[in-house]
Amino acid sequence: MKYYDKLIFELSQEGRKGYSLPVNKFPQSPELPVQLQRASAPRLPQVSEPEVVRHYNNLSQMNFGVDTGFYPLGSCTMKYNPKINEEVCALPGFAGLHPLMPARLTQGACKVYEAMNAALAEITGMHTFTFEPCAGAHGELTGLMLMRTYHMMRGDLKRTKVIVPDSAHGTNPASAAVCGLEVVEVKSLENGRIDVEALKPLLTDEVAGIMMTNPNTLGLFETQILEIAKLVHGAGGLLYYDGANMNPMLGVVRPGDMGFDIMHLNLHKTFSTPHGGGGPGSGPVGMTEEVAKGLSQIKVSGFHGNFGVILRAYAYILSIGKEHLKEVGQYSVLSANYIKECLKDVYKLPIEGVCKHEFVFDGLVNDGGHDDVHGATTLDVAKRLLDYGFHAPTIYFPLLFHQSLMIEPTETESKETIDAFIEVMRKIAAEAAEDPTLLQSAPHNTVISRPDETTAARNPILKYWDTL
Amino acid sequence: MSKILEGLKYSESHEWVKVEGNVAYIGVSDFAQKEMGDITYVDLPAEGDDVVAGEEFGALESVKAASDLFSPVSGVVVAVNGELEDTPEKVNEDAYAAWIIKVEMSNPSEVDALMDAAAYQSFIGE
Repeated sequence: MKYYDKLIFELSQEGRKGYSLPVNKFPQSPELPVQLQRASAPRLPQVSEPEVVRHYNNLSQMNFGVDTGFYPLGSCTMKYNPKINEEVCALPGFAGLHPLMPARLTQGACKVYEAMNAALAEITGMHTFTFEPCAGAHGELTGLMLMRTYHMMRGDLKRTKVIVPDSAHGTNPASAAVCGLEVVEVKSLENGRIDVEALKPLLTDEVAGIMMTNPNTLGLFETQILEIAKLVHGAGGLLYYDGANMNPMLGVVRPGDMGFDIMHLNLHKTFSTPHGGGGPGSGPVGMTEEVAKGLSQIKVSGFHGNFGVILRAYAYILSIGKEHLKEVGQYSVLSANYIKECLKDVYKLPIEGVCKHEFVFDGLVNDGGHDDVHGATTLDVAKRLLDYGFHAPTIYFPLLFHQSLMIEPTETESKETIDAFIEVMRKIAAEAAEDPTLLQSAPHNTVISRPDETTAARNPILKYWDTL
Repeated sequence: MSKILEGLKYSESHEWVKVEGNVAYIGVSDFAQKEMGDITYVDLPAEGDDVVAGEEFGALESVKAASDLFSPVSGVVVAVNGELEDTPEKVNEDAYAAWIIKVEMSNPSEVDALMDAAAYQSFIGE
């Protein structure tokens, strides 16, 4: 890797430019109020075209993505994104669409929405989907608005509480709070599943519903789901399915059959569209026929969601085909269990048993010496992985354990890649036992080693000019 | 080993309480600050806010995670430690000096349900 760490501002030379604009013949607009006019020109970098091109090309060489290497980021489903999705998206009839086009010119896109709705309904056992939400958390908010609307339309105005397990994604309680609902936490058992006995007393007539991820964030299937569904429905509440972990369920189990009433899918995770770096995503929300009665009252996007992402996901479903979609989930489960079994003698596995598409270790078995400061931690393992050319897994989530390290390999990795990862993880464990400082000072082979995250969080410098 | 002060009361969510008459100072234990790592932000309530025993009154953020603060007692917030807004690291430096809120208790007997230093020591199991 070529060493490159310049900011574009550092390349700037007074008077240099990469454009040629005609002289502005028009006087300054008098309509713009004085307080909105710039007092001085913006301080943009002054650079030539080749400098700009080389700068961004050099930066991109340092990028790590799923197209460059293994990316076992738990709960994020960083699977490979087939290039056929991009080809379909680039077809001129799709690429040139605009949401304000007349209906007669958008029939192809409408057909995609209709076919995708039918496909997702079949995969999930839901009645219908809305495609407006642009990400998972946006879907959660939409789903909770539907839940609230469902109760309000029945004249049941007391239901202001939402039950969320302590293993939930942080977005669940956040979405509930944004929706104006009060969050009630339910604890997990030793085996990582929801404590049904602890759930029972929480199910009052003030409960709007429960939000669940199944398999949960420990990668474990909630085996009591049918009992939980019966209890929640019996108390007048609804069940919300967080689709972040839908990958292992594809074609095997349907949220609708488990008793869920509302759910979102992360098309950008489960259905292979590029993500990371904040999007674009797509979080369509599925619902039962009963819940769908309130759908016309909810609008969460200006138009119809991120069509490009929906189209890529549709291309993925069609190219894999109905008969093979099941294998996606099965291979993702196989890969995860294989890694887990090959590493559990050197990394602490807090809960034994078969996992789904991901699992969580609780740090190293031998962290190389334990004093008040710790030996090698999960953070140190993650940093050391970078030295060996792998992306770090999700760390310190879920919060149920102190040294969580969450691995999700997905179905798209070959056995050779997975074996290479296992070998490196074992090597790191051996290094930790012998000399934890090697891990504590990692990474050693990257351009930047450990940024000072604490100072960055306490005193963020958000503008280049503030550093001068 | 985390520091535990005699004479304070402790909650299961790792807050400490120092009682002075009807007033309680509330902070987080040394164990809690170590588990959190470097604290980067303290989300404080406003003076005059009501707090309820067992319910959230603010949050700590660290590089690792954000964690809610739960009040061990019920009452009214009579003062907040505004110094922590600019210097959250004080929680790491001395968790027992860095009180977070001062509460006028409405039910001082709630303190009896909390752990003493010895009970807290065995609770964290260090």
